[in-house]
Amino acid sequence: MSQSSNQPNRLGEGGRIDRARTLSFTFNGKRYQGHAGDILASALLANGVDIVNRSFKYSRPRGIVAAGAEEPNALVQLGSTEAAQVPNVRATQQALFEGLTAQSTNGWPNVQRDVMSLVGKLGGRFMPPGFYYKTFMAPASMWMTYEKYIRKGAGLGRSPMERDPDSYDHLNQHCDLLVIGAGPAGLAAALTAARGGARVILCDEQEEMGGSLLDSRELLDHQPAARWAEQVVAELAGRDNVTLLARTTANGYHDHHFVTLHERRTEHLGETAPTVNGYRPARSRMHRVRAGQVVLATGAHERPLVYAGNDVPGNLVAGAVSTYIRRFGVVPGEKLVLSVSNDHAYRAALDWDEAGREVVAIVDARLAPDGDLVEQARARGIRIIEGAAVLEAKGSTRVSGARVATIDAEAFTVTGQAETLACDTIASSGGYSPVIHLASHTGARPTWNDEILGFVPSLVKGVHAAGSARGMHDLAKGLADGVAKACEALSALGLSADAITLPQVDAIREGSGCALYQVPHEKPTLRAPKQFVDLQNDVTSAAIELATREGFESIEHVKRYTAMGFGTDQGKLGNINGMAIAARCLGKSIPEVGTTVFRPNYTPVTFGAIVGRHCRELFDPERYTALHQWHVENGAEFEEVGQWKRPWYFPKTVNGKQESLDEAVARECLAVREKVGILDASTLGKIDIQGPDAREFLGRIYTNKWAKLAPGRARYGLMCKDDGMLMDDGTTSCLAENHFLMTTTTGGAAGVMEWLELWHQTEWPELDVTFTSVTDHWATMTVTGPEARKLLAEITDIDLDRDAFTFMDWREGKVADVPARVFRISFTGELAYEINVQANYAMHVWKTLFAHGEKYGLTPYGTETMHVLRAEKGFIIAGQDTDGSVTPEDLGMQWAVGYDKPNSWVGKRALSRSDTRRADRKQLVGLRPKDPKVVLEEGAQIVFDPDHAIPMPMVGHVTSSYYSPTLGSGFALAVVKGGQSRMGETVYLPMADGKTHAAEIVGTIFVDPKGERQNV
Amino acid sequence: MFHIYCPYCEEHREEEEFHAKGQAHIARPADPEACSDEQWGDYLFFRDNPRGIHHELWVHAVGCRKFFNITRNTVSYEILETYKMGERPRFTAEHPEGKPAETVAAEKVADEADMVERQEGVKA
Repeated sequence: MSQSSNQPNRLGEGGRIDRARTLSFTFNGKRYQGHAGDILASALLANGVDIVNRSFKYSRPRGIVAAGAEEPNALVQLGSTEAAQVPNVRATQQALFEGLTAQSTNGWPNVQRDVMSLVGKLGGRFMPPGFYYKTFMAPASMWMTYEKYIRKGAGLGRSPMERDPDSYDHLNQHCDLLVIGAGPAGLAAALTAARGGARVILCDEQEEMGGSLLDSRELLDHQPAARWAEQVVAELAGRDNVTLLARTTANGYHDHHFVTLHERRTEHLGETAPTVNGYRPARSRMHRVRAGQVVLATGAHERPLVYAGNDVPGNLVAGAVSTYIRRFGVVPGEKLVLSVSNDHAYRAALDWDEAGREVVAIVDARLAPDGDLVEQARARGIRIIEGAAVLEAKGSTRVSGARVATIDAEAFTVTGQAETLACDTIASSGGYSPVIHLASHTGARPTWNDEILGFVPSLVKGVHAAGSARGMHDLAKGLADGVAKACEALSALGLSADAITLPQVDAIREGSGCALYQVPHEKPTLRAPKQFVDLQNDVTSAAIELATREGFESIEHVKRYTAMGFGTDQGKLGNINGMAIAARCLGKSIPEVGTTVFRPNYTPVTFGAIVGRHCRELFDPERYTALHQWHVENGAEFEEVGQWKRPWYFPKTVNGKQESLDEAVARECLAVREKVGILDASTLGKIDIQGPDAREFLGRIYTNKWAKLAPGRARYGLMCKDDGMLMDDGTTSCLAENHFLMTTTTGGAAGVMEWLELWHQTEWPELDVTFTSVTDHWATMTVTGPEARKLLAEITDIDLDRDAFTFMDWREGKVADVPARVFRISFTGELAYEINVQANYAMHVWKTLFAHGEKYGLTPYGTETMHVLRAEKGFIIAGQDTDGSVTPEDLGMQWAVGYDKPNSWVGKRALSRSDTRRADRKQLVGLRPKDPKVVLEEGAQIVFDPDHAIPMPMVGHVTSSYYSPTLGSGFALAVVKGGQSRMGETVYLPMADGKTHAAEIVGTIFVDPKGERQNV
Repeated sequence: MFHIYCPYCEEHREEEEFHAKGQAHIARPADPEACSDEQWGDYLFFRDNPRGIHHELWVHAVGCRKFFNITRNTVSYEILETYKMGERPRFTAEHPEGKPAETVAAEKVADEADMVERQEGVKA
């Protein structure tokens, strides 16, 4: 065959590429040409590019080894612009497109001359497993510094530093049968199920569906196998009940047949999604598939042999050679030596020979092989060396020769004199490992099969492996297995399908293979030239042997010590070889050593696909109150409380300068204490409770009494878990005899709702009561301060007389001409009215209040001021002053505990446990810093004796701390061991900066201890 | 991600709609004050962690808000059944293949009588 002029390794004909369409691309700054239908790897090989990368640890030059997802070396960085950067793309999984720009992932200053390779050459033997840990272990504080340089030296690609111009989608899919892999077994399974009428999804990770059929030497119905694949794909594409997903990798198998598929929709067209009719499609889609049953037709990966120098560019797995020749019309060299342990790999030599290039020799580890392919090779006069293997590849940047000798694989010895064969390519095959990754994700441990010399998947219910994926490598059997597995899967779903008529396979007789993983060398493994097991992580046979000598016997430990099977590779090529070597060193069998666990994802998934549309403004839902727009227009700074956006403070601009947080809060606090302020409290949780047993239920769920709360009255209540620890608090009002309105903390609303339902549904189903969340139905506006009554009186028909509408009353009436419930509840310690109106009336009422409020100095305040005001009064915030280890008694709130209630309310029994009765429990107290200018840090630890030797016994911590403009000093709430009996004592707070603050333990109420201001 | 059949909605829904609430069938002592500290501590803090069949309390939190129970194999994660509050599991550690039909029927009669008694207790 002739050559294409500017692509030295491109054949003049053959392959599934379009020679009429030439595409230009750039690799490491140099321009090359390939064809439509190429993958980047085939285009690089066509152009004779040997070195595609530098290795991870030793910076050794590396070339392309495989042709699919299992490629360990050819990791490239894609992208011609910063925003388009994509790291760690396998050149074997990237379709070529016009203008593709790629760079080697590793290599500085470039892959041809690499500074780090000095480490590999000189330091190589000094870099055993654990090298970094052993060398850079001390001092510990320097590790962060070392790590920075080690990562720079080793690195695996880099993320873009600019915003991704593309978009990504998530799709939820449902089907009867999901078939993963569109090779012979997968196509047969999908066709069977599709004709049976089932809803089928068929996905395949490659550019084209067909799997091994695309480069098979076998005939189906006397035609090339690829023809049959094309026909089946065409039929499936025409069926309404089938979804075909090409370029789609099944990356994770999760519980209950939930499988995540990553579909790359535009990555074969350009580095960013091209514009089509003014519309840019999503670059990729994550299909979240919930399948009834799943057929895993994931095929097998060929195992390379482990021999010295097996990482020099020009060493490939045998099947990849066939794939490049037959699918892409590319021969990756001139002179081939093939080292095998089985018949199937002979295809590489036959394909190479047919491509018109020289097969120097086939080196077969077996004696007297006799399958059909062996006979064909013999008939062509190809030299076959039996009972032998390639011991060592010669060459540094490209293979220059192969040292071959007879071996005794069982005894792990070289038995003959080595002969050096001149060649530029060594292909090897040690057998075929079923791709068990997805089955392994389900938690099922694979089992070793001696007949096929590989692990086969164990399967959970509803998962069926078919064909090569369970070691059934024969084409005819694989096709039939696909049909059988589809029928089994459908019948498990109560569906049925007839077996389809399969094409006739012209059988190729293959003899059995022999077990060969690591090839022996004349020198012992630790002294022989490096034999690589895991090329991506630079793990050698010597490293594994050393690990076993150092006492690592579990394969999981060997993996972690040597890094075998780490990284983006997940051990696709190397793991079985590594286990075999560990087994040999430990004197065990492979099944005794076992396999490591494969985890999702099968191949790396771009973050964009994982995130989908859940980014930027759609990252997390935001909840706004009905008054949000007013807050925005009035310059509020916002605080996030759960998903709510609450006004934090309302800075004013004074003399052209915007107030700071402290300045605004001081102004807002004084406005409330001296005039009147208003807070948007709509986010408070509100639960409507109705039913004849509503009152009984409240009595059981709250610590205090509810039996006598009359309609028109409200009460503060504490809610504990059954361990006696406070979980939430709030007021509940009696709306009518069988009707209550409970309020909860903003953050606790959903949890409290679920809590009420839990007790009602599981413990007290006999109580007739219902709960409805009405948080969003009502807007709540707190008007508070000495002028609150005068202001509200202007716009309501409710009698606000202090004796007619007393503290902890609620009244129904009109406010600003709309129906309202007004609660006289105070969280500030001042006269306060909480006005509740239907949410869509809120803006009208709020604005009406402001229209009337100016003359009273009505001031909007936010959550920060609310916190200062409530803390000055010693009002707790559940979740801030409590943390799930604080009882009502620890808070000094015995007044809100009904010890003598008839029922055993939730939390009661636990309050008499020995632990909750300890005198030295941490109890809530007030702290007054000795220096009034000091505002203690929230969370600061408290000690009794600052001169105590370190470690000092820590006796509590600050839970809330603010500057009080009313007091003119800092103040805090804190929990302190036995604090309630330590009033007046001094405690100390040693800070990280070396200072130690002193503070006096005081009561928790700092302002208006008698509570007179709220009762005016 | 689990695929869970809600016995109230009578549909399979995604796990995202549910919250797990721990071991099922933890009976709160009828008279807590009569419990010793140890008995109360057992009720509060001690839970089983079986390998195999486990009964769990779940809530269809963003669906019907109903609590219900799941019998799940903690090794395979297979959900063997879901059942309503007040019902008893058919699959248990003693009956991994399911209880005989007559046992199930007898339990149902007993449970219904118990519920009638509880409701009369409230009225009284």
